[in-house]
Amino acid sequence: MTPFLQENVVFREVYCFLGGNEGNASWCGGDGLLPGGFEWAAYFAAGFVIMFILVNAALLGAAVFVWSERRLLARFQARRGPNRWGPWGIFQPIADLLKLIIKEDIVPNAADRLAFTLVPIIMLMALLLSLAVMPFARNTYLVNLNVGILYIIAVSSMSTIAIFMAGWSSANKYAMFGAMRGVAMLISYEIPLVLSLVGVVLIVGSMSLVSVVEAQTVPFLLVQPLGALVFMLGISAELNRTPFDILEAESEIIAGYHTEYSGIKFALIQAAEMAGVLAASGFLATIFMGGWSGPFWSGQLGAFWFLVKLAGFVMLFIWIRATFPRLRIDQIMAFAWKFLLPLALINFLVTAVQVYFFGFYQGDVPGELTRNELWIMAAINIPVALIAIGIFGRFSREKVRVPEPVFQNIAPSPRTMEVD
Amino acid sequence: MLEDYFRQYGLIAIFVVVAFIVPTSMLVLSFMLYRLGIRPQKPTAVKQDIYECGMRTIGGRWTQFNFRYYMYALLFVIFDVAVIFIYPWAVRMGKLGLFALIEMAAFITILGFGWIYAWRKRDLEWS
Repeated sequence: MTPFLQENVVFREVYCFLGGNEGNASWCGGDGLLPGGFEWAAYFAAGFVIMFILVNAALLGAAVFVWSERRLLARFQARRGPNRWGPWGIFQPIADLLKLIIKEDIVPNAADRLAFTLVPIIMLMALLLSLAVMPFARNTYLVNLNVGILYIIAVSSMSTIAIFMAGWSSANKYAMFGAMRGVAMLISYEIPLVLSLVGVVLIVGSMSLVSVVEAQTVPFLLVQPLGALVFMLGISAELNRTPFDILEAESEIIAGYHTEYSGIKFALIQAAEMAGVLAASGFLATIFMGGWSGPFWSGQLGAFWFLVKLAGFVMLFIWIRATFPRLRIDQIMAFAWKFLLPLALINFLVTAVQVYFFGFYQGDVPGELTRNELWIMAAINIPVALIAIGIFGRFSREKVRVPEPVFQNIAPSPRTMEVD
Repeated sequence: MLEDYFRQYGLIAIFVVVAFIVPTSMLVLSFMLYRLGIRPQKPTAVKQDIYECGMRTIGGRWTQFNFRYYMYALLFVIFDVAVIFIYPWAVRMGKLGLFALIEMAAFITILGFGWIYAWRKRDLEWS
């Protein structure tokens, strides 16, 4: 075990610049700016610097993502997209935000005002908190929790509660419908999502995201193809994006759970959703594509490699949104319980047997997997994934029955005939 | 070492406060714009009514729901508790060896029987 805060580059630099060799921090190698006894101030300042970066990265990233998604969706649909504000319309999100801030904030009379106001706060809070454990570059993160993966799952499922609060407190039938559907869908996809990461934890032997990145001598996308697929599909359901957007289905239930929201509250809910896509892509990149490690200079260019992978996954999410139509709720439920759940179980049992076999039966060091063993696991797991997808895809396929045409008496009623 | 561990959770606690303050400050900013007279705030009875389809709202918020939602909630509770217990096992699996593997296989088999039973009883279908 190594001291976590000492390894954290940003934290150490700021802490040592301000606090220096005080208290238990004997690793600074010099005195800081602040006089003795103000070690706590250096601790707070170093923490705030990283939090400032995280919050700004999330919100500015959401703005850039909104712009790029609108531009790309327009291209997918053979349109132009926003192109008035700034070069290629890049200032469009800022204009949108300004508009939403100076709009009237309407709260219905029947609404539960406290819960109604808390919803955007909780949604953005859940998103920002989940970023705390993400490693952006080598030794660059807010905290390195040894329960990192569990922390992400716990914190990000707070948004389910926020969605139900939104539906309930709006006192609107459509918001309530959207919230009920949404909670049913989100809790169903929670289980395959959580199970799909067990394989990664088995291979790494730790839940810390920093160890997950360091253990990836082979990208886990190849070692855990089933896990990556289930996680990707599960998280795109958690983000309420188009194939799974039954909880805000515009053509059925107005805007779903945020029907009654307007002005800045709507902007915050949208910002949380959009930044959620970035966070999800970041976690996909970290857990399955090796995070900040790249083909060369992964120490110096770590943030660059991370951003490249993140952008790739963001592009994939936009592509999925542009391609697939919305599913019905029965299809969505069948997909979670009959397809993703067995795939996640198969993935984790197969991985457990492999970890036992390569770690104990063959290994010289118990529980350690070498690079060659990971490649062998990849060679086994990719055919297993294809076979499992084939089998369970057949099981869970909807049996389409074409209904017999029903002929009814469709003659016009006597009253209309009289008018004519 | 242990102090370092708790200091990390201290940073998380500070971050919870920061993550609460950031969206709250935006709501406060919007409210300040209203106080400065930049943002309109002219509530009327029709505007503050619940939106339904443009006409006047009929009925309250409590409408009928499909009772099948509860089945998914039950299944979720069963599986989620099981899944959370899998995580500590997965961390130590590399050290525990064959015994842990067989134990977990038995556990998953029992859970799998429950899952097949739910499927056979047609509880996984939305009808």
